[in-house]
Amino acid sequence: MSQAEGVLRRPRPLWSLGLLRSEITTTFRRWRTLALLAVLAGVPVLVGIAVKIETGDGGPGGGGGQGGPAFISQVTHNGLFLVFTSLAVTLPFFLPMSIGVIAGDSLAGEAHGGTLRYLLVAPAGRTRLLLVKYATTLTFCLVATLVVALSALATGALLFPLGEVTLLSGTSISFGEGLLRALAIAVVVALSLIGLAAVGLFVSTLTSSGIAAMATTVGLLITVQILDTIPQLSAVQPYLFPHYWLSFADLLRDPVYWDQLQKNLGLQALYAAVFGSAAWARFTTRDITA
Amino acid sequence: MPPARAGRWPVAQPYDMGEPMPQQPATGPGGMPPAGEWAIETRGLTKAYRGGQLAVDGLDLVVPRGSVFGFLGPNGSGKTTTIRMLMGLIDATAGSARVLGQPMPAAGRRVLPKVGALIEGPALYGYLSGRENLRRFDAADPDADPRTRDARVDRALERVGLGAAASKKARAYSLGMKQRLGLAAALLQPRELLVLDEPTNGLDPQGMREIRALVRELAADGTTVFLSSHLLDEIEQVCTHAAVMARGRLITQGTVADLSATVLGSPGPGRLTVTTPDPADAVRVLKEHGLTGLQTTDDRVTGELPEADDGTGPPELADINAALVHAGVRVRGFGTERATLEDVFVQLTGEGFDVAG
Ligand SMILES: Nc1ncnc2c1ncn2[C@@H]1O[C@H](COP(=O)(O)OP(=O)(O)OP(=O)(O)O)[C@@H](O)[C@H]1O
Ligand SMILES: [Mg+2]
Repeated sequence: MSQAEGVLRRPRPLWSLGLLRSEITTTFRRWRTLALLAVLAGVPVLVGIAVKIETGDGGPGGGGGQGGPAFISQVTHNGLFLVFTSLAVTLPFFLPMSIGVIAGDSLAGEAHGGTLRYLLVAPAGRTRLLLVKYATTLTFCLVATLVVALSALATGALLFPLGEVTLLSGTSISFGEGLLRALAIAVVVALSLIGLAAVGLFVSTLTSSGIAAMATTVGLLITVQILDTIPQLSAVQPYLFPHYWLSFADLLRDPVYWDQLQKNLGLQALYAAVFGSAAWARFTTRDITA
Repeated sequence: MPPARAGRWPVAQPYDMGEPMPQQPATGPGGMPPAGEWAIETRGLTKAYRGGQLAVDGLDLVVPRGSVFGFLGPNGSGKTTTIRMLMGLIDATAGSARVLGQPMPAAGRRVLPKVGALIEGPALYGYLSGRENLRRFDAADPDADPRTRDARVDRALERVGLGAAASKKARAYSLGMKQRLGLAAALLQPRELLVLDEPTNGLDPQGMREIRALVRELAADGTTVFLSSHLLDEIEQVCTHAAVMARGRLITQGTVADLSATVLGSPGPGRLTVTTPDPADAVRVLKEHGLTGLQTTDDRVTGELPEADDGTGPPELADINAALVHAGVRVRGFGTERATLEDVFVQLTGEGFDVAG
């Protein structure tokens, strides 16, 4: 036996990466994940078509009123603005809702199906499994954001002209630099979601029902979004995780306004730390009976 | 083969009444790992779920290495709860458990790769194929070598007879197929201990036979098999040892042979059964040969063979048979019956059908 043990017990530092890879491929092969991504990819197409039809009817574009989502009036001049518009449209609800589904289901879904007990006796290790689940959710945040951005870019390029980008501060930058800024914005949007991802992960450790965890996370998101709009609550609003979400627009200024961006990222890190610790405390001591 | 255990293996509550405790050598001098005579050893293991009722109450269980150990008990008697504690899935309320000589759950990272488990039935990812399910569980095992993963997964699938259905989505598996896949997951690596909670649940007769053969084969390789089941003849056919639980308490444990002997209090030669169209004559002849407790039901006559305490030794069965024939009794069937595990089980846990509340 000792020889067999010698073979078996070789330290394998990269094993966690193997587990992470398994988790990511499993997540992204699920129909549910693909459906969420398809919905997210569909939003920019709808927005793009709507803008096209409206400006087609109403004669020369650009007039199109001050209502509607940010940047929408610029889309007809420059398809690249469809990226910014689409992110502004999906960030309040569509994007975080899909994160809520993935994060809420991450552990609760495994508990519900009973596969959690087999992962734990494998033994995946509770802390490691939690980290792998969080890393997978963060990967989904990035992929989901990029799906919106790329779908918007493709739609914008098809329906509208591309060219120099006029920033909010009035200065113009080349299309290439505009693309870089779009990429930076996508990354910032993805980072804006890590607080919610931690909240969802924590909720997921509380229950053995994937549906309940998803519903709770999404419900929390909606509640917090509503609280964020009530003027009487302005004292607590700076501590609500979506409060600075739309600050990504500050990347379209020259020079960039960093203040709100930094506050956003700091707040997300705080949520990740607090709810990540709570999830760890809960998951490492929980009885797994399902 | 399972090592034959010399002498008496402790029957019923092994730690009480001055019987020497099974010595688990603690960490020896120089930090040597314990040799470990016991695959599983619990002391006062207790679990109260939320709500307060004791699901497992002061369990002192010892499972010898190399044994095939049957873990019996009526529904709700705490078998699965015990297994969950052994595997570190739930925390014990009191007491301690050692698996393969190491404390659980503290040493889970070291112990569990050497343990294959099927707990409360299989659990699968319905949207993955059978093969992908196994690959996923294998990826969660820190000691599993990814380079040999494909070969090991295919071998495990072959072993449980799922080779042909390996690419089918697990959602489309039948109950028995799921059970087989769960077993395959437990067999992905060579294991020192297999913990199987009702492994034949949902299997067809061939499946059950294969599982029995598999358990024997694994035991022959030196794997300890800890098997909970309700199918008593199942256990009787494969197990060397057994323990019986009821209402969270351990009622008895020991070798299967010892259990039948002590629990039923019939260490003697057993009961003789004669099937004959002439029961009245048979009763007369058997009585002459010293059989007691004679009972007749239709054409079956049964009686207790006399003890060999008068110095003459027990009567030779062939002589009794010859005497019956001489007396003109037409004999259709003739043979002794030993107490079955089912008798033991019913004797210990009562006849009642209702689950303890
Ligand atoms: N998650 C749980 N929460 C509360 N009580 C539980 C839980 N799981 C089991 N119990 C209780 O613990 C007791 C033992 O249950 P357990 O599942 O260990 O029985 P078992 O011997 O495995 O039964 P079966 O033969 O039906 O599988 C039962 O009274 C049951 O009601
Ligand atoms: Mg059970």
